[in-house]
Amino acid sequence: MDTKTAGRKLGLKEKYAHMTRGLGWDTTYQPKEKVFPFEQMEGIKIHDWDKWEDPFRLTMDAYWKYQAEKERKLYAIIDAFAQNNGHLNVTDARYINVLKLFLTGVSPLEYMAHRGFAHVGRQFSGVGPRVACQMQALDELRHSQTQIHAISNYNKHYNGMHDFRHMHDRVWYLSVPKSFFDDAVSAGPFEFMVAIGFSFEYVLTNLLFVPFMSGAAYNGDMGTVTFGFSAQSDEARHMTLGLEVIKFILEQDPANLPIVQKWIDKWSWRGIRVLTLVAMMMDYMLPKRVMSWKESWEIYFEQNAGALFKDLARYGITVPECVTTATKEKDHLSHQAWSTFYQYGAAAAFHTWMPSPDEMDWLSAKYPDTFDKHYRPRFEYWREQEAAGNRFYNKTLPMLCQVCQIPMLFTEPDDPTKIAYRETQYKEDKYHFCSDHCQHIFEDEPEKYVQAWLPVHQIYQGNCFPEGTDPTAPDFDPLAAVLQWYHIEFGADNLAFEGSEDEKNFAMWRGMATQNS
Amino acid sequence: MTTPQDYQGIPKDTVDKFHGNQLLYIGWEDHLMFCAPFAFPFPPAMRFGDIVSHVLPAAFGYHPDFAKIDWPAAQWFKSGQPFSPDFDRSLAENGLGHKDVIRFRTPGLTGIKGSFS
Repeated sequence: MDTKTAGRKLGLKEKYAHMTRGLGWDTTYQPKEKVFPFEQMEGIKIHDWDKWEDPFRLTMDAYWKYQAEKERKLYAIIDAFAQNNGHLNVTDARYINVLKLFLTGVSPLEYMAHRGFAHVGRQFSGVGPRVACQMQALDELRHSQTQIHAISNYNKHYNGMHDFRHMHDRVWYLSVPKSFFDDAVSAGPFEFMVAIGFSFEYVLTNLLFVPFMSGAAYNGDMGTVTFGFSAQSDEARHMTLGLEVIKFILEQDPANLPIVQKWIDKWSWRGIRVLTLVAMMMDYMLPKRVMSWKESWEIYFEQNAGALFKDLARYGITVPECVTTATKEKDHLSHQAWSTFYQYGAAAAFHTWMPSPDEMDWLSAKYPDTFDKHYRPRFEYWREQEAAGNRFYNKTLPMLCQVCQIPMLFTEPDDPTKIAYRETQYKEDKYHFCSDHCQHIFEDEPEKYVQAWLPVHQIYQGNCFPEGTDPTAPDFDPLAAVLQWYHIEFGADNLAFEGSEDEKNFAMWRGMATQNS
Repeated sequence: MTTPQDYQGIPKDTVDKFHGNQLLYIGWEDHLMFCAPFAFPFPPAMRFGDIVSHVLPAAFGYHPDFAKIDWPAAQWFKSGQPFSPDFDRSLAENGLGHKDVIRFRTPGLTGIKGSFS
């Protein structure tokens, strides 16, 4: 056998071919279907993997070089941020609650994305997408790590971030993002790519990741802005991969269209429901607002995604029906969500508050058709009660949607005075939903969603107390036991912002940094 | 390998897992200050009237309208359909099973400043 002579450098094109397509091989000991068992499962037909066009041309050695360069810059800034007490430069200590929500709700999803892409990278038999998925798997692991490292600076000084990973698997509202991603990673490989690669990374990223990063920039949080920038070039790659996947599947066989359309419908809605948390973050939790949730929905969904769906129309893809519902909800979503967290503020790992009179005026201006009519009276009443020492803490557990796992807080799309109730009977039991769209998702795969780990039902089954708890003891306090099991420190991590340790410490430390006494 | 068509899941919330209780969801119409209906575990033999007198005050009592409720005038719905519970009978005798959802409407009471809050 001839050995290549040393010293001959490969051209870029050759090197690219060797390090991507050249790494694949045809199986001989086992039939291909047994090596890639999930590829047939979903009914997607792929006739020729060689038609796959790599959306970006990057080899593994170049990948390591670029990422290492970005890491060096990022960690230099994170170190400088820590040394200069950068946390004291944020607009207001209320802002830090945004980071708590991000760290407990979003960073663990980056890690799950890592696992998901590593898994599908193994399950596709086509070499091109395998390499692309492998790189994305590494990106996602890096994002998860850099977020944890950047936010750990805040954990040294503020409450609620000490056990984010433990909380992610247990706390009631974190089951919303968690179950979203668990749903995706437990699907087949093609559905995962449509769910995460396309719907999440391509269609919804400007409404999810970007608002947190622009919120950080507007509120003086340079540490978080920097990890956002460091992830940005990766995100651009992820978006091109997501779009290529859709186009490739649809071009392979006309029979793939209805399957892909169903997944786009499902995952647009699953994503939109998770965005409820972002909506309230933008309108209520950022002391310095970037824009309203409604404005961001109009720009990033109605305009940008509208253009995308026009582009996909040539494949026969249509705009998901759920978009009509979401567009009606844009005037209500953030207010309904913040009402929920305010009243269940004893069971959250971050602080809540009522908007100030100035902030309510901002909300009236941004939501002229709804805020004064439906939400201001409630919020002013709560402010008055709070001033009178009677702050509202709801202690009764809410009914949850079987699919999105959000409390049934959404109103009818055409009547904001009525909660939307939907239900279906499946086998022996009834199941309840917040919307037609969650109901349809359930009815399409009931055997999957009957297994949902609904936090409220789990509490009532007795599965959410520390080991050794006796729920029959006369002094048993269920809320206290659940918070212990969540690792939420009562009085430190939860309850009102006003009077919290975070509020006091931030004021004291900032005072020491800016005044002489 | 199991195909998606014959895949079977194990339901997480069947009635046998609730230690003798069954779930009942209760919502108060026109009072969105309570962001969502509530979920309760009750024994099927519990008297319906005991829920109204012993459970609902703790759940909904924060609202200034709650003290004004004229219970005999309240309208009840089960899965959205009119429903006439007998306060002296049990949940089971009233036909309420595991994971049923009921709502009540209190005519004349429409929340904080009539905002349905």
